[in-house]
Amino acid sequence: MTNEQTFDGMLVEDAEFITLTQLCRSCTVETETITLLVAEGILEPLGRSAEQWQFAVGSRRRVKTVIHLQRDLGVNLAGAALALDLLEQIAELKRL
Amino acid sequence: MEYKDYYKILGVARDATQDEIKRAYRKLARKYHPDVSKEADAEQKFKQLGEANEVLKDTEKRAAYDQLGVDWQAQQDFRPPPGWASGFEFHGGPRGAGGNEDFSDFFKSLFGRAGGAAGSHHRQGFQMQGEDHHARVLIDLEDSYNGASRSISLQMPELTRDGHVKTARRTLKVRIPKGIRQGQQIRLSGQGSPGTGGGKAGDLYLEIEFNPHGIYRVEGSDVYLELPLAPWEAALGAAVKVLTPAGTVDLKIPANSKAGKKLRLKGRGIPAKTPGDLYVVIQISLPPADDEKARAMYERMRDELSFNPRAKMEVA
Repeated sequence: MTNEQTFDGMLVEDAEFITLTQLCRSCTVETETITLLVAEGILEPLGRSAEQWQFAVGSRRRVKTVIHLQRDLGVNLAGAALALDLLEQIAELKRL
Repeated sequence: MEYKDYYKILGVARDATQDEIKRAYRKLARKYHPDVSKEADAEQKFKQLGEANEVLKDTEKRAAYDQLGVDWQAQQDFRPPPGWASGFEFHGGPRGAGGNEDFSDFFKSLFGRAGGAAGSHHRQGFQMQGEDHHARVLIDLEDSYNGASRSISLQMPELTRDGHVKTARRTLKVRIPKGIRQGQQIRLSGQGSPGTGGGKAGDLYLEIEFNPHGIYRVEGSDVYLELPLAPWEAALGAAVKVLTPAGTVDLKIPANSKAGKKLRLKGRGIPAKTPGDLYVVIQISLPPADDEKARAMYERMRDELSFNPRAKMEVA
């Protein structure tokens, strides 16, 4: 279906942070999933306790990539974390 | 609807063992996974693999599929035989979030829509905001300097009339804000997955990436440009016109500029909130010594200038 309306893209500022609740909602995952990703070092939120956690905007994409890799390729969390790091390194190298 | 040859899709024989099927799927899934693969049709391929695997990894479904017989060809027009599946009982076991919604009509005619997580979403009075979606968009560096509108094409879930979610290709025209940097995201409110039970739709996030550019290189909001100079321009100084993404600039080259020297044009990088700088990196191009006149000039420099480019290397 074609939609010819023009949408205004709102810039997501780097300084923008999202809470645990927002991140779970955004990715439709349970808080336990996020807690596991934090424990694995895949996400590094600011704040000491889960209630105070603040996630960088790029966290959404990281969560989804990890979930997809786990679900589709049968890798465990550590494997998905490694793949994610390598994917980001490749993207970085390509930019240079 | 088209018949699907699941064995062919996974590249295994019809009598492959369950282990062989698993191995074939894993290998191809790694190759075509949309988060990993750079193949152009990865998403489509990956979807087919998922469907083939869903059937063949499950011995019940595989047996049912095998019962169709071996005479079918891929893409052949297919109708399920009368009384199909009456003797089978399928134990759902969805692949994960999306369930079977993305699978082909062929799959659905054989195994139904059942098994997806969708059912649980339709509880009475249960309201939930839709999922956010992500996509990557390639733009030109110039688009960030000037702002631009881009048409992007996405596979997006949509709510059908009967309350099912199915993916459809959608084209959206998006205004890209000026000053955006590589890796930054823009949000389109309400353009993600539909909500359930009257909940709000999710948002769509677009991550910006620049097309590789032959002349400019981008680091954060700074832009680098290599400027070739003739040896005498670099040695004697010169005024040159430089084409930057923001237009032409008159640039004064100081005398005795060395190759690799960076000239900073403040604020002429990406016009972000804190604008980046444009760095002009000097390169020196040597005129080729391919005629008598050029050779004579190089020979004169060799004889009359006392210049040792390797002075620091302590080699005679």
